[in-house]
Amino acid sequence: MTLDELPLGTPARIMSVDWDALVPEEAQRLRALGIDEGARVSLAYRGVFLTRDPLAVEIGRMTVALRRAHARAMTVNRVEESIPA
Amino acid sequence: MSRQACTAALVGNPNAGKSALFNALTGARQKIANYPGVTVERKAGRMVLPSGEPVELVDLPGSYGLNATSPDEEVTRKVIMGEQPGQAKPDVIVIVLDASNLEQHLVLAQEILELGRPTVVALNMVDLAERDGLILDPAALQSALGVPVIPTVAVRRRGLVELAAAVAAARDAVSDTGPVARPHVTLPERRMLAHEIAAGAILSETRKHRLHARIDQLLLHPWLGPPILFALLFVVFQAVFTWATPFQDALDGLATGLGDFVRNALPPSLVRDFLTDGVIAGVGSVIVFLPQILILFFFILTMEATGYMARAAFLMDRLMAGVGLSGRSFIPLLSSFACAVPGIMSTRSITDPKDRLTTILVAPLMTCSARLPVYAVIIGAFIPNRQVGIVGLQGLVLFTLYVVGVVGAMAVALVMRRSITKGAASGFIMELPKYQLPTVKDLALGLFQRAWIFLRRAGTMIFTVTVVLWLLLNFPRAEAGKDQVDASIAGHIANGLAVVVEPIGFNRDIALALIPAMAAREVAVSSLATTYAVSAGDDDQTARALGDQLKGKWSLATALAFLAWFVFAPQCMSTIAVTRRETNGWKWPSFMLAYLFVLAYVFAGATYWIAVAAGLG
Repeated sequence: MTLDELPLGTPARIMSVDWDALVPEEAQRLRALGIDEGARVSLAYRGVFLTRDPLAVEIGRMTVALRRAHARAMTVNRVEESIPA
Repeated sequence: MSRQACTAALVGNPNAGKSALFNALTGARQKIANYPGVTVERKAGRMVLPSGEPVELVDLPGSYGLNATSPDEEVTRKVIMGEQPGQAKPDVIVIVLDASNLEQHLVLAQEILELGRPTVVALNMVDLAERDGLILDPAALQSALGVPVIPTVAVRRRGLVELAAAVAAARDAVSDTGPVARPHVTLPERRMLAHEIAAGAILSETRKHRLHARIDQLLLHPWLGPPILFALLFVVFQAVFTWATPFQDALDGLATGLGDFVRNALPPSLVRDFLTDGVIAGVGSVIVFLPQILILFFFILTMEATGYMARAAFLMDRLMAGVGLSGRSFIPLLSSFACAVPGIMSTRSITDPKDRLTTILVAPLMTCSARLPVYAVIIGAFIPNRQVGIVGLQGLVLFTLYVVGVVGAMAVALVMRRSITKGAASGFIMELPKYQLPTVKDLALGLFQRAWIFLRRAGTMIFTVTVVLWLLLNFPRAEAGKDQVDASIAGHIANGLAVVVEPIGFNRDIALALIPAMAAREVAVSSLATTYAVSAGDDDQTARALGDQLKGKWSLATALAFLAWFVFAPQCMSTIAVTRRETNGWKWPSFMLAYLFVLAYVFAGATYWIAVAAGLG
C-alpha cells in the first residue's frame, strides 16, 4: 500500500521510498523533514472537495503538507499498536 | 577574536519561533536588507549582553539542514560557515528549537553542533509544549548536547536574560576551539540520535487531543475549509476597500492641501509648478495607497503569525497546481488584487525560485485597485446602465474585466511554466505550523517594516519618474498662445506613439494619456481630463464630466479597446520598481514590461477589430 491510499488516522510506517520518482530537491526536503524510510506517519487530512490532493501527513508532533504524487512514491505498512507514550 | 564586533546568529528550523525570539531580543532596533545578489532578507539587530555590551544578532532564514534546497537555506549555510560576503562569521551560534518538536529540530541542531563552534541552545516555546501536555527536562537535554540549553518563551519574554548571559559565556569561554565537536554522522544516524535525545529529555508526555488538530478539523475540512477561507478573504477585501477609504481621502486631502499651500505661498513660476504638479501630486498619488497596503499586510501578517497562511496554501494548492504553481502562490496573487506591490513583496514565502518568479511575473495581471478609477470612468461613459437578467450590465462588464485578468494570469503562468520558467513541476511540501496567538508587538513591527519598504523603494522610484514625466510634459516651453502639451517632448512622443496605437483604435489623446499613466494607471483619468480640458472640482465631478466628453469623441470600440488595454498594460512604475528589487536586476522587469505590453496591444487590438466588425465602431 502506498501512503496516499492509507485511510485517515491510521498509523503506519514508511517501508520504502522510490526516490527516483521524486525531484532531487523535493526528495531532500522530504528527508530533511524526517519523511524517510522507517518513519512513523499517519494521514491527517486529504485535499479539498473531491480532489484528495494535497495530503497532510502527521509525523511525530509535526504536520506536513505534501502532494499525492509524493505520497504515491512511498510504500507504507500499517502499524497495529498505538504510539507508545 | 575582535571584541568590538561580536556577532551572534539565530539558526533553526522554520516555525521554531526564531523571528519572535529575534524581535524579543533586539526590540525595534533592526536593520532589514537583502543579502547581496539574492532576494533573501537579512535581518540584523542589536542585542545587549548582561554586561551592557552590544552584540550584532543576525536572524538567519529557517532551515531544515545545511544541505541547501532553497536560496534561503543557502544563505543560512554560507553565513554559518563564514562564506557569505559582507557578513562576519558569527562568533556564537544560537540554535532555536521548538520544544514541542524536539525530535525533528534536533536533526539540524546536531548538524550545527558537529561544527564545534561556540553554541547555545534556546529551547523555545516551552509554554506551547506544556499546553500540549509535554514536560521537558532542559538539564537532560543540556548534558546530552554538551552545550548550554536555555528554556525560553519569546512572546512572554521568558528566559531572555539567561539566554543573553549564555551567549556572553559561550563567547568568553573559548575563543577559537569551542565545545568539543560532535562526530560527523549520516542523516539516518542523526535522526536516530535525535529520537534518543528527545526521548531522554521528555519528563512526562500526556497525549492530549491537541488544540491545533481540533481547529484543523474544521479549517482543513474538505467541504467546509474552502468556504471558510473564501469568507475570510471576502472580509479582507471589504476591509481593504472600505476601511482604507477615509484614510486615503485624508491623505489625498493632505497632498491637495499642501499643493494649494505651496501654490499660494510661492509666486507663479516653473519651480512652483514643479513642486505642486510634479513632486507633491506625484508622491501624493503613491502615498494614498499606504492605508490599503497596511490593512492588507495586517491581515497577511496575522494569517502568517497564527499559522493559518499555511492552511490557506493547503486549501488552494490543488487549484494552483493546475497551472503549474503551488498553494504558496495563492496569497501573493490574492494580495495583488489590492496592489501588485505588496503582492510581489509577499512572494518571498515561496521557496521554489521558479515558482516565485512566475508568481511575480503574473501578479500585475490581477486587477489592482488602481485600475478601478480607469474602469469606472470608461464603463460609466460607454456601457449603458441597464439590467441583464438580475445583474446590471455595468457591473457585469467590470466583473468580466476582473475575470479576464485572472484567466490571463493563469494562462500566462501555464505558458511560462512550460517555457522560460520551465522545470520540474513544482511540488508542494510545507510544514503546517501550530496555531498561535500573534503578539501585538510583532505585528506592529512587521507592519512598520512593510510600510517603510514601500515608502522608501516605491516612493523614490515614483518620485524620479514623476519628475521626469513632468519635465517631458513641460519642456521645451511652448510659445505664447500655443498649447504646452503639443510643444513638449511628451507631445512629440505622443505623436509618434499615436502611429503605433492607431491600429488598435487609439487616438492621439489616448496616446498622450498613456505616457503619464506609466507612473500609475489611475493617472490616465486625470491626463485625459487635462487633455479634454475638463474643469471640475473633485474627482467625481471630473469623472462624470469627462465621461460626457469621451462619449462624444470616442467610439464604443475604442472605449472597449482602452479597457482591454488596461487589463494587461504594465502601467505602474511601483510594480516595475518592486519587481526589480525582488528579482535583483533589470532582466525580469524588462521582460515583464515587454510581455505585458505585447499582450495589451494584441488584446486591445483584437477587442477593437471585433467590436468594429460587430458594428460598434
